[in-house]
Amino acid sequence: MITTAQTERAQAKASALSSPLSALPRPALLLAVLVVLLCALAVAFGPVPALQATINGFVAGSYTGLGAIGLTLVLGVLKLVNFAHGDLLVTGAYFTILFAWLGLPLPLAMLAAMIATAALALLTEKIIWQPLRQAKAGSLQLFLSAIGLGLVLRFSVQFFAGSQVRTLGANVVSSIAIGPLRLGTLQALALVVGLTAMIIVGLALRFTSIGKEMRAFADNRALAEVSGIDTQHIINVTWIAAGFLAALSGILYATAIGSFNPNFGITLLLSLFAATVLGGVGNPYGALVGGLVIGLSQEWSTLLFNARWKPAVGFALLILMLMFMPQGIFGRAKRRS
Amino acid sequence: MSIDFWINVGVLAGIYGIFTLGLQLNAGFTGLLNFGQAGFMAIGAYTVGILVVDRGWSLWLALPAGIVLAVLAGLFVGIASLRLRSDHFAIATIAFAEIVRYTLQNAAFSGGNQGVLGFDAEWRAVSDWMLPWLAVIGLGSYTQLPLFIVVWLVFIALLLMLRALQATPWGRVLRGIREDEDATAALGKDVFAYKLQSLALAAALAAVAGFFVALNVTYLYPTVFDPTFTFFGYALLVLGGFASYGGVALGSVLFWILLEGTRLIETSLSAGQQASLRFVIVGLFLLLISRLRPQGLLGNVNEMKVRP
Repeated sequence: MITTAQTERAQAKASALSSPLSALPRPALLLAVLVVLLCALAVAFGPVPALQATINGFVAGSYTGLGAIGLTLVLGVLKLVNFAHGDLLVTGAYFTILFAWLGLPLPLAMLAAMIATAALALLTEKIIWQPLRQAKAGSLQLFLSAIGLGLVLRFSVQFFAGSQVRTLGANVVSSIAIGPLRLGTLQALALVVGLTAMIIVGLALRFTSIGKEMRAFADNRALAEVSGIDTQHIINVTWIAAGFLAALSGILYATAIGSFNPNFGITLLLSLFAATVLGGVGNPYGALVGGLVIGLSQEWSTLLFNARWKPAVGFALLILMLMFMPQGIFGRAKRRS
Repeated sequence: MSIDFWINVGVLAGIYGIFTLGLQLNAGFTGLLNFGQAGFMAIGAYTVGILVVDRGWSLWLALPAGIVLAVLAGLFVGIASLRLRSDHFAIATIAFAEIVRYTLQNAAFSGGNQGVLGFDAEWRAVSDWMLPWLAVIGLGSYTQLPLFIVVWLVFIALLLMLRALQATPWGRVLRGIREDEDATAALGKDVFAYKLQSLALAAALAAVAGFFVALNVTYLYPTVFDPTFTFFGYALLVLGGFASYGGVALGSVLFWILLEGTRLIETSLSAGQQASLRFVIVGLFLLLISRLRPQGLLGNVNEMKVRP
């Protein structure tokens, strides 16, 4: 079976022949660039603000990365640009509010919300995507269906929960001090949970058979089908994983930011796309790393500009990546489309 | 409800008809998935508003300036992203519309969420001049009727113009691009230039629609040009019919009657819930029509080919 790691190695070998700088593997090169940037920021703005922004960047990076995995898997496995994915994040956050309101303690409500969102994602496969695939729908039909689904999800949430700003109901004021750095308790929690989840997801994709099959499928569908992988099973699992991680991402966002309204998904969606494109379409590790890069870039940008331009950094990165590196930082230079 | 209510529905149908003519030109006839039309509309409308209020321009001079700026934005977006795969192009255009909305909400020149006010005095003068004439035939009490008439005259003129364009060699090349880009390029046509022209023309149409939105709401603020409204355009496009300009007119009228008609249903819902429900309806509508009749009411299923 062809794994992404193998293609990466082959591609690293190929690029090593072309230029001495790319003799380093791409992840190491990326890490080097990020460290250099961090040092530059530490010199320019002082080490404490730079480190503080970096920690915030890891928080933002974990929810962006976890949200982007589902988007990239659905794109890779189903060839579907899921414009509704941001709204799955919103659904996850609001399911948590619902279950907490029904009386579940907050951590249990979060878990229940993730399961419910995964079930919802699987339900959309059964009632929307599977029939459309069978009808051999064109790309405009698929796009419009995804957008329609997004509107239904976002405004159903708004219908029941209202458009006012909400919180998950946890204590938002307490904070921890690590030396001169300050981190909200909830942010710290989001950071730990987010990074742990990223590691678990990475290991699951690497070592479980379903993870390998999913990556093989996203990488080269025809080849994966020939090697006997059950298509519909992989698609179902992809939706479950996408829904579960989207809800986790939405909950982490809600926890870290503190307050939110039903529109946060559509705003975050472009950052998720940016992470997806950055990591190479269909590459879940790429999406995790892409998410971290987006999160760090956005938080570092607050040292340079007013924080309200933070989302604009995500947009700008998305446009630049699409224009100059549509195959992503880990992608092959030429990708069949 | 009153006749004024239905005149307003007609104004909306006309404005979104003009808006969607551009989407039809792009998606229906060129195979371009332009998801940023609301961004071009915003650029057109805000250019008019800002030039009139801050620079003291005449409204009638500001309109062509707004169109020119929207066309320039269209060229810029096109040059930057038309060489991308169609799904990446769609994402890039939606990002463009988000950037426009975000800038208008946060920048100083656009008045942020306070918006722009007080640019429509010259239009009201025209409207007040028309009303006595309408009074002659007994319609003088409907204050939005002049806007309705002007919007629909412009809509019909643009619709006929686009129909005529579609019958020219230029229009045939666009369809060729939609059906098979490589074959069209092999015939010696500059596919990129044609796509760029298609996008720029759509941006101009969006700017005209934006101008009328500005006159209709008399007050510019970012949420009026939310990127979501591009998909209202697509909803009425697929309702009326794919690759059919007449379908845009039919689709727009039906769509706005259905959508605004829901306001007439007596419910115990709050205003916020009713607003949410309207968006849910548009979403369900997009899902159902994509599934049941993707070519729309007047569309031809043989014209339904958008390259992956």
